[in-house]
Amino acid sequence: MKLTPAEYSEMAKKASPGTKSYKTIPIAFLIGGLICMAGEGLINLYQYLGMDQETAGAVTSVTLIFLAALLTGLDLYNSIARFAGAGTLVPITGFSNGVVSPALEFKSEGLVLGLGAKLFVIAGPVIVYGISASIVYGLILYLFKLY
Amino acid sequence: MEIFKEYFWAFLVGGILCAIGQVLIDYTKLTPARILVSYVVAGVILGGIGVYEPLVKLAGGGATVPLTGFGYLLAKGVKEAVAEKGLLGILTGGFTSASAGIAAAIFFGFLVALIFKPKDKA
Repeated sequence: MKLTPAEYSEMAKKASPGTKSYKTIPIAFLIGGLICMAGEGLINLYQYLGMDQETAGAVTSVTLIFLAALLTGLDLYNSIARFAGAGTLVPITGFSNGVVSPALEFKSEGLVLGLGAKLFVIAGPVIVYGISASIVYGLILYLFKLY
Repeated sequence: MEIFKEYFWAFLVGGILCAIGQVLIDYTKLTPARILVSYVVAGVILGGIGVYEPLVKLAGGGATVPLTGFGYLLAKGVKEAVAEKGLLGILTGGFTSASAGIAAAIFFGFLVALIFKPKDKA
């Protein structure tokens, strides 16, 4: 059997252990789905308590962000994330974890350039690209009078 | 039965969005930070072209809890602000709609990082 280097590396990648996608993908689906279902539960709870839909959604995000920050502080979130992969990365809780983790880790480098600056290692890029994309979208809406 | 359906869709849509993220981790060289950024930008685009709104109606938390929901919120905020304030709304809309989440992440992140001790790396 003759193989080009590209084919060989493709086969080696398939044969090598490490990423076991038949496990990681269902786990991410399950854990991520459960977190979203919990979010849906919170939205319903807050609406039941008298909030309108928009407020309930925002308060749910705040609640999930708080819980994930706390679990990260207790060193529980990262333990779950090692197992759950994208299941704990993609929900807003993963964003919260990305804010707390580096801030906590670099606290020893000072409260300003350690904690304060590293708080934005993940949040910074997310906000930069998110806000920029939204501004481009706003420009398109404005220029073509789509609002 | 309605309530069962609602949670089913939240689980399914949220689960699929996370499973896609796992596919990206397993089969591409995208880092978690890049995946988060991609999800937010994808949310802005999908929200902008009107694809995400029906998903939010169907799946609720299943569409708003993943980070694409954050992007959708940015797009929604900009659209409302442009309609209301015109040109200035292009700049204010995104932060206005996302302000609670961003402020919460910064403040709770700050508090937790201040109070807790970093774990020693083994």
